[in-house]
Amino acid sequence: MSAPSVAIEPREHYLNVDYGIRSWLLTTDHKRIGVLYMISITVMFFIGGIFATLIRLNLMTPAGDLVSADTYNKLFTMHGIVMVFFFLIPSVPAVIGNFVLPMMVGARDMAFPRINLLSWYLFVIGAAITLYSIVVGGVDTGWTFYTPFSTTYSNTYVFSSIVGILFSGFSSIFTGLNFIATIHKLRAPGLTWRRMQLFLWSNYATAVIMVLGTPVVAIALILVAVERVWHIGIFNPALGGDPVLFQHLFWFYSHPAVYIMVLPAMGVISEVVTTFSRKRVFGYEFVAAASIAIAVFGFLVWGHHMFVAGISIYSALVFSVMSYLVAIPSAVKVFNWTATLYKGAISYRTPMLYAFGFIGLFTIGGLTGLFLAALGVDIHVTDTYFVVAHFHYIMVGGTVMAYLGAIHYWWPKMFGRMYPEGWAKLSAGIIFIGFNVTFFPQFLLGYLGMPRRYHAYAPEFQVLNVMSTAGASILAVGYLLPLIYLIWSLRYGEIAPANPWGSTGLEWQTTSPPPTHNFEETPTVTEEAYSYDKHPEMEFVA
Amino acid sequence: MWTDLPLWPARAANFADKVDPLYLFLVAVTIFFSVGIFLTITVFAIKYRRSVHPKAEQIEGSLAVEATWSIIPLGIALFIFVWSASVYFSYGAPPKNSLRIYGTAKQWMWKFQQPDGQREINELHVPVDRDVAVTLISQDVIHSFFVPAFRVKMDVLPNRYRTVWFRPTRPGTYHLFCAEYCGTSHAGMIGWVVVMEPPDYEAWLASGGEGSLASSGEKLFRHFGCISCHRSDKGARGPDLASLYGREIHFQDGTTAIADENYIRDRILGPRPPNRQVAGWQPIMPVFRGQVNEDQMLELIAYVKSLQQNPLNVNPNAPIPDEEQRKRNPQVAPQVIQP
Repeated sequence: MSAPSVAIEPREHYLNVDYGIRSWLLTTDHKRIGVLYMISITVMFFIGGIFATLIRLNLMTPAGDLVSADTYNKLFTMHGIVMVFFFLIPSVPAVIGNFVLPMMVGARDMAFPRINLLSWYLFVIGAAITLYSIVVGGVDTGWTFYTPFSTTYSNTYVFSSIVGILFSGFSSIFTGLNFIATIHKLRAPGLTWRRMQLFLWSNYATAVIMVLGTPVVAIALILVAVERVWHIGIFNPALGGDPVLFQHLFWFYSHPAVYIMVLPAMGVISEVVTTFSRKRVFGYEFVAAASIAIAVFGFLVWGHHMFVAGISIYSALVFSVMSYLVAIPSAVKVFNWTATLYKGAISYRTPMLYAFGFIGLFTIGGLTGLFLAALGVDIHVTDTYFVVAHFHYIMVGGTVMAYLGAIHYWWPKMFGRMYPEGWAKLSAGIIFIGFNVTFFPQFLLGYLGMPRRYHAYAPEFQVLNVMSTAGASILAVGYLLPLIYLIWSLRYGEIAPANPWGSTGLEWQTTSPPPTHNFEETPTVTEEAYSYDKHPEMEFVA
Repeated sequence: MWTDLPLWPARAANFADKVDPLYLFLVAVTIFFSVGIFLTITVFAIKYRRSVHPKAEQIEGSLAVEATWSIIPLGIALFIFVWSASVYFSYGAPPKNSLRIYGTAKQWMWKFQQPDGQREINELHVPVDRDVAVTLISQDVIHSFFVPAFRVKMDVLPNRYRTVWFRPTRPGTYHLFCAEYCGTSHAGMIGWVVVMEPPDYEAWLASGGEGSLASSGEKLFRHFGCISCHRSDKGARGPDLASLYGREIHFQDGTTAIADENYIRDRILGPRPPNRQVAGWQPIMPVFRGQVNEDQMLELIAYVKSLQQNPLNVNPNAPIPDEEQRKRNPQVAPQVIQP
């Protein structure tokens, strides 16, 4: 290795190899692109969080005194669009996946490094167009863009919002393509499919959904734009269209999109649970196969969003039974993670606390999904706060918990610094409590019959709404803390060793932060993932 | 404060007895599995913490265990599926002899019409212990008819009649919400369903009275000139509509359709595909799209349905325009009288 180029830095790595702004904006290094994504989606997360805060403040009183009805409608729409398309979908895959996936397969970079950079640019362009739509006046269709409201009746910035989402969609397609090509073609010698870490399996499944599903929502949204701009009748019955057709097209992507959001998170949990139990995962094949099963069955359940929308009762039966089938692989994963703890050597570091939180909240989120798949019960609870609570348990309780767990878990690898453990545990606890206080009352509100997307509501719903708002303020503190101490740790955190958790993961078998091409020499894999029995030398050093 | 905290919605219709037990069963399943998972994780996390259990024992997994925790949840899930599907089916077709109420939804109000013609806005009066079927259509975007106390919800679509039914079991006043986001005042598109004892309901009906839907529809039937062609005598140039409702209609291409509300609406509005012309008749009927509003449409349909009992024996005393001209050239559509 050549002599260090900077005097104070003992070793050259991907962060100090070059410092110019150009070196970041023109980088093709998957790790730098991951960091760029991290910064971008953090900005979007806090923008979406501001909308959520205003929503919750408005709902403290039944009359909705804080903002007008139109403003409220724009707030929940923008909250949904920003959080779904610009935070949740890219969160684990584009940040964590970009950073660690090539290292996990033992590669120097993604299969298509330039396309990888292109996907970040598409994401940023999409985010910029979306923010433009917000600044000039916002959009009020709901993130679901239901027709004919979105095509004919809304007087807001529907077209530009759709263009913004299209850009983020192509960003997601390119990321998916890169993941598939990288996992197929760039695995290190000896890294067979059965030796792959589970994070790879779940991101592979995610990538398949991204590539197959995203074009459909792109088409659906383009059709909305076509009808809106050129008045060609597709969805509006006054022009000869069918409004329910849009729902089929939209949910054909947007239900699998839920799995885009949660599958990578499941991959994170598999990594964290094994590392902090120092154990191989219980039932590796079943956890890996469950990811693929979720991706496949996930494409066949979109109709469960439409049980009261006017579909035939027989198709409703099919969608209901398919929804129960897709629940089984998710349950299998939860059982396997729990069983992995059995006879492990468990340490309670922050990522593990997030993993516990994920398993608990995802379990509740998944089980309440059974209510919504149950045809008879869905009639009552669909389009109420029950649905809102259910999907926040999956997406916030599940995906955001896993994303934060992943950030803490790989932080030492990313930046060569440890985060402050005490603060991190404290904020994990605050987030867990704040989350439950925010969203649990919404299950009760839903069964009581409070419809979602209501700017004002009947007075008897107030107590539960005030509880939810109180929880949201706790949650906000929990989310602000990591922002502060993680930035702090970049400069003042303890220097991280190469493998602080003593993990057998391939991404840990290089220095922290890794060199630009990840490994000094291409690694050779000779064993299955999580072979902790063969590596007593991989000690927990943090 | 806690006395203000409701935990259970009012139970005021037949479906509450079907939905609530299934909901409670699902709550029990949820508690069982989540508490089970929480407790197992807690026990393992304490018992096998690294300070007391420093060396993990590697366990591959077990096919028997995997099969067990796949098949048992699958069985529970399929049990819930069958139960919930049976509940869903009970929401299907309304019972015969239901009280038929028609309504339209639009940004941002509900309009209902009782069979005797009373019109209400954002209120719906129904008698207790009687099956009530509400047929709804939207004038603009998608809305959703939601009465939490009845456990009833149905999206209301533009261009298509859909019918929801329930049997109120308890007199009282209950929330009616729009559950599908529909624009600015979505949260204001609310109303009340008033469930009354039958005598009170009759008294309420008697207090309104603007003439029945069907009689209003008959006026429109003349007004739009329908009567000039749809008649039972020899001058008929269109099918006789007596006992049309519910009948099977044969088209020229050999296909058939049942003449329900949606069929009647589609035929009135048009355009009608050439191959779907009713067998035996010329395609001379004008297109009424944009000329008949949804309230008028409901009245026309009510009139056509009323012909079940009274075959079309109305004396066509309305002037029939351009009789001679149309005889010469049946392709020319008759003049449509603007409402």
